[in-house]
Amino acid sequence: MFRIDEIKNSLKKNLQLGNLVPQFLLLFVLFFIVYYFTSNAQTNMAARNISSGFGFLQTNSGFDVQFSLIDYDGSYSFGRAYLVGLLNTLLVSSFGIVFATILGFLVGVARLSNNFLLSKLSQLYVEILRNLPLILQIFFWYFVVLRNLPSTENSFIFLDFLIVNVQGAYFPKFIFTNFNAIFYGLVCALLTIFFAQYYSKKLIYERGKSLPIFKISILCLILFTTIFSLIGNTDLQLQQAELIQNFGIFNYVGGVKLVPEFLALLFALSLYTSTFIAENVRAGILSVGKGQKEASKSLGFNNSQSLKLIIIPQALRVIIPPTTNQYLNLLKNSSLAAGIGYPDLASVFAGTALSQTGKAIEIIFIVMLTYLSISLIISAFLNWYNHKIAFIEK
Amino acid sequence: MKINILKFLGSLALFLAFVTSSVTANAGTKDDVIKKGSLDCGVSQGVPGFSNADASGKWTGIDVDMCRAVAAAVFGDANKVKYQPLSAKDRFEVLKSGQIDMLARNTTWTLSRDAGLALEFVGTNFYDGQGFIVRKAAKIDSAKKLNNVKVCVETGTTTELNLRDYFKANNLKYEAVSFTKADEAVAAYDAGRCDVYTTDKSGLAAQRTKMKNPADHTVLPETISKEPLGPVVRGDDQNWKDIAAWSLYVMIEAEELGVSSKNIDSMKSTDNPNIKRLLGLEGDTGKSLGLTPEWSYNIIKQVGNYGEVYEANVGAKTPIGLARDGSPNQLWTKGGILYAPPVR
Ligand SMILES: N[C@@H](CCC(=O)N[C@@H](CS)C(=O)NCC(=O)O)C(=O)O
Repeated sequence: MFRIDEIKNSLKKNLQLGNLVPQFLLLFVLFFIVYYFTSNAQTNMAARNISSGFGFLQTNSGFDVQFSLIDYDGSYSFGRAYLVGLLNTLLVSSFGIVFATILGFLVGVARLSNNFLLSKLSQLYVEILRNLPLILQIFFWYFVVLRNLPSTENSFIFLDFLIVNVQGAYFPKFIFTNFNAIFYGLVCALLTIFFAQYYSKKLIYERGKSLPIFKISILCLILFTTIFSLIGNTDLQLQQAELIQNFGIFNYVGGVKLVPEFLALLFALSLYTSTFIAENVRAGILSVGKGQKEASKSLGFNNSQSLKLIIIPQALRVIIPPTTNQYLNLLKNSSLAAGIGYPDLASVFAGTALSQTGKAIEIIFIVMLTYLSISLIISAFLNWYNHKIAFIEK
Repeated sequence: MKINILKFLGSLALFLAFVTSSVTANAGTKDDVIKKGSLDCGVSQGVPGFSNADASGKWTGIDVDMCRAVAAAVFGDANKVKYQPLSAKDRFEVLKSGQIDMLARNTTWTLSRDAGLALEFVGTNFYDGQGFIVRKAAKIDSAKKLNNVKVCVETGTTTELNLRDYFKANNLKYEAVSFTKADEAVAAYDAGRCDVYTTDKSGLAAQRTKMKNPADHTVLPETISKEPLGPVVRGDDQNWKDIAAWSLYVMIEAEELGVSSKNIDSMKSTDNPNIKRLLGLEGDTGKSLGLTPEWSYNIIKQVGNYGEVYEANVGAKTPIGLARDGSPNQLWTKGGILYAPPVR
């Protein structure tokens, strides 16, 4: 996150005596504030006869959660419920980050396109979605779009692959037998790609020749996995959800199910955040000097080559820092889930678990610490990446 | 750091209120209430018959009347109440942190809430039990037949806990879809997101009136739990607890003795010592509670006896339509279990 030499320098400056006194004072004040709040909370709790501690994490939660990535029901502990919420938060945030990034890049580039219609449409997209409150967009997807899907018995069914109704969307489960073979195929393919890349770099430096490395990679992946799976006798079965009737009630059971609460949150978060990323991308591209593009043209690069090889790599340095903020915002915004009943960390743990146990202080503390840690990890990673791709100034 | 965590922020505020508030050895909630000039009473966000605001913002319901009774006892004026609508999830934290003086929000008396949350349940103003409502088109006539269903439920309730117990015990498969507001859970059920909606049976009757087409739904016969609903106060003020408890008992006792808001003034000339004590004409019940001698008269005169309150809000003639005879919410002398300790 920080460069070591920067830290060293600032430490040196700060260690002069004149600076030391105010800093100790500040530290003392901070310490006092923390001490005051914790001791006050303790006295308050003792006075109100509220038991404290984290023992409750091991007791049965007693409540169920509708959507969980791990085995969970009311017979598991509150600690497990925390994990369920955390994973749900990570799920929606990571999908959201991926979609927002892809969309943001496309829209940001389209906005600068020479095609008038395309650029105006992207502008419209950004201006509309960026200026509507996120919670309204979540409500729009949830209450207006997904709530009005057909009932279970009248589901939309697309090619038997996707089933959509008011209770959610269902995809088939992929069930592999002898999956190992594919796995080894993947490993071989990745190794080959790695060497091909190394070789192509060498080729460029030594002879100025470039290889179609992307096409080679795709080919390797397909080739190796098919050959290996043929040899290893791998079998793939698609298991789609089945319609079950119980008196007049119809329900799909099995398959991979995405509940509407998840989908609404994911759509809203991805679209909303993508507008900000699009603006970052546009700013990044515009920040690269005009001369760069002209120079790449005169070297004989076509439009997409110059974008890919010259402009974007330079633009990234401008794009990444503000985009990090957007990722963090997306993570924190995911806690708006409670508004529509998606069981994320805030609603399962700081909501349901808190009200069932009454352990407000402990739970809020855990949840704050968790959001803080995830945020710090995301920004640490992106700072590292940004540092890695930064210009090496000599 | 820009925090955009809406609901979370609410809890955070509570948390901060808690860590920063100083420890005032609760001199007396009653004195605080008198100083403020009104009673802050936590109610639901809208359960017709229990606590519900009409278009003009006027609150009615048997829980609302519980608040009014306490205000009548303390101020001699049942209207000195400020209502604070609360979700099931937030109610106890709001009470604990001192933002309200009492909670009258169809809240079930359980051991863990009574003992574990440092709260005090003062009595039961409605005996209830949990039930299920389904669409008539589902052609289901018993809860035992609910298998592979999605159930809409409100989070932070006893309801979500009982739900699990019931399906587990009967070996039925289900998914609980939880919401933080009753309105959201009901709307989700009404839109087909769930096959079943579950809550206290009184709540089912109340929420049904909000559905698009109430006649399309049917309440299943099973009652799967005991839900004694009653007012709650903080556990650190014995006097305040007594005031709330006896405000409820006075209404029950009045009905048993045949005293109502209509005949109370003519009852003043009675010879019956029980009635005399009830009306504060004899003895000093008010003094023991730190209230004026007219405290009980004011409750009955301004709010009514239990029977009046029941019939006006949830009785057979209201849209909620819960017949009282044969239910536990009848006086013990008439086959129910309402039984007030002697007011003396
Ligand atoms: N009695 C149960 C459940 C009470 C409850 O909250 N019921 C819901 C469903 S009817 C409700 O009243 N909601 C009204 C609201 O959210 O304001 C409890 O104490 O946990």
